[in-house]
Amino acid sequence: MKGIAASPGIAIGRALKKKEKEIGVQRKEITNVEKELEMLHEAIQTAKEDLKKIEEKTQERMGKKEAEIFAAHGMILEDPELISSLEKKIEEEKINAEAAVQEVFAGYGEMFAAMEDEYMRARAADIDDVGKRLIKILTGEQDEMEDLHEEVIIIARDLTPSDTSQLDVKKVLAFVTKEGSRTSHTAIMARSMGIPAVVGVGGDLLEQVSDEDQVIVDGNEGRVFINPGTDTTAEYEKKLKRHLEEKRRLAAFKDKEARTADGKRVEVAGNAGNLLDIDGVLEEGGEGIGLFRTEFLYMDRKEMPDEDEQFEVYRKAAEKMGERPLVIRTLDIGGDKDLPYLEQPEEMNPFLGYRAIRMCLDQPEVFKPQLRAILRASKYGNVKLMYPMIAFMEELQAANKLLKEAKNELKEEGHEYDNSMEVGIMVEVPAAVIIADELAAEVDFFSIGTNDLVQYTLAVDRINEKIAHLHTHYNPAVMRLIKQTIEAGHRAGIWVGMCGEAAGDELYLPFLLGVGLDEFSMSAVSILGIKEILSLWTVKEASELAEELLTLKTEKEIRTKLKEVQKAQK
Amino acid sequence: MVKEKKVELVNKTGLHARPASLFVQKANNFKSDIKVEYDGKEVNAKSILSIMGLGAGCGAQVTIKADGEDAEEAVKELVDLIENEMPKEDQESE
Repeated sequence: MKGIAASPGIAIGRALKKKEKEIGVQRKEITNVEKELEMLHEAIQTAKEDLKKIEEKTQERMGKKEAEIFAAHGMILEDPELISSLEKKIEEEKINAEAAVQEVFAGYGEMFAAMEDEYMRARAADIDDVGKRLIKILTGEQDEMEDLHEEVIIIARDLTPSDTSQLDVKKVLAFVTKEGSRTSHTAIMARSMGIPAVVGVGGDLLEQVSDEDQVIVDGNEGRVFINPGTDTTAEYEKKLKRHLEEKRRLAAFKDKEARTADGKRVEVAGNAGNLLDIDGVLEEGGEGIGLFRTEFLYMDRKEMPDEDEQFEVYRKAAEKMGERPLVIRTLDIGGDKDLPYLEQPEEMNPFLGYRAIRMCLDQPEVFKPQLRAILRASKYGNVKLMYPMIAFMEELQAANKLLKEAKNELKEEGHEYDNSMEVGIMVEVPAAVIIADELAAEVDFFSIGTNDLVQYTLAVDRINEKIAHLHTHYNPAVMRLIKQTIEAGHRAGIWVGMCGEAAGDELYLPFLLGVGLDEFSMSAVSILGIKEILSLWTVKEASELAEELLTLKTEKEIRTKLKEVQKAQK
Repeated sequence: MVKEKKVELVNKTGLHARPASLFVQKANNFKSDIKVEYDGKEVNAKSILSIMGLGAGCGAQVTIKADGEDAEEAVKELVDLIENEMPKEDQESE
């Protein structure tokens, strides 16, 4: 069967079908009305508390927008008309609480299902979801998906937000749903949890699958096989085996410090775009977060996140990392992202325009709360602060001035912070490389952002597909700039990292090691592979190679040389 | 004290979804008994399901009635929400 490839990966396993059955509710006459009302109110209270927890967890895992669904469910449970209808039903008809819940919620559900507006019709599903939650609490019944003992592939018509939020993600190998699109709730959840998923399979998916059936899910191609033939199974088992072998081999590097073959310590860290990503980096053996992007806090919402909200997130991130470094980058956003609460003019060239540090310095009412929030979080871990897109000395000075103001304010207000928190800049504009000696004297570290450095050095728009082949860090000019940045940093006695795509490029790694990069920060998936390659090279070999590479004139020669000396991974 | 005022919904989605929950949250800040009348139906303004169930879309004429010690304040603020705050949400989401 074919569906929409919603989340990549391959899984082979046993099917577990989400039952479409109605929860068994028996209508019973009761005599003790008081007791029944008490049970109802207790259940409502429990449901509200559960929803609050789910809301918080979802906000952390997926963001504010996803979490709002559960806030809305909570509001339904506070509805005075709904509650009085439930009470009346129990008092007047003398029936048990779960039957009252079922009947009253069904009434509301029908009312919404009959409405003209499509959005309102969809709310019937929310009402149903809330009603089922109450009934489950009242009857003590458990969903078959809640308490998973074995690894399974979940087959469902669709999954509600409540369903997915309760799943034990360690036991779910994959999702397959009959309905849904790439942007449906299930798809988004699956991607953020790293679980393969195929959605929108349609047809008679649910009729064709039974529990315990053997299922293969190919989330890369959007294919699902039910009780497949031996050829298909063999093919996929091979694919999966190859994938697992590599994983096993690399797993050995998970808890090892990253070191070169001759024992030099380098740091291999991960990039994170939200709190969930931090978990991913730690699971893959990352030794720090070399880039914590903060844009997620600002996206998909109507008001700016205030200082306290930001502080909570940064504090949680710092606590997750403990002694390991957490480099928080201040807001790096421009006219290409539309944030309703920020003043952003429409621009011809957003990447050369009013963005990142430029916008932040121009709108201190946006920037300062972030600086204050990061400072306050600094006492909960090993936090470092990083400004993006610095091109002028004036920008660095102005940002540091604001930071100083923020520190003074916090001191006066009695807030604690780590006064020795390191402050660094991203080096991603060629101008910053040219004045790197001067900049290095003012900061504690550099982090090279290769994606933008390539774009600005080579004048190649990184999102223009027509010239995508020109956007490359195997370019001699770019490679020399990287070397210059590292040398300037080391002359000033500060460490130099890299948080662009190039840092996780296995082929490129010996060059970066050879020119003396101290910290490599990349997507979680690249960490183990990079640790392994680092362990195969000595510093001497790498620096000799780097020297040679810097004499080559074209991308092709550079790539050829790197491929020639590539070391076989065991 | 009883207060009431008729007001037209000028925001794009009317009393649906997010605007409806803003309205109900605001209504719950007052002690008064508050009702919304639309199309011959009168419902409790503090009930999200009832308010959404009205199906009052853009252009609908609704009457807000409050009865209680803070009735005047309640009607004033709810009308202000409908006339000024809810249309702002539209612009922001565009």
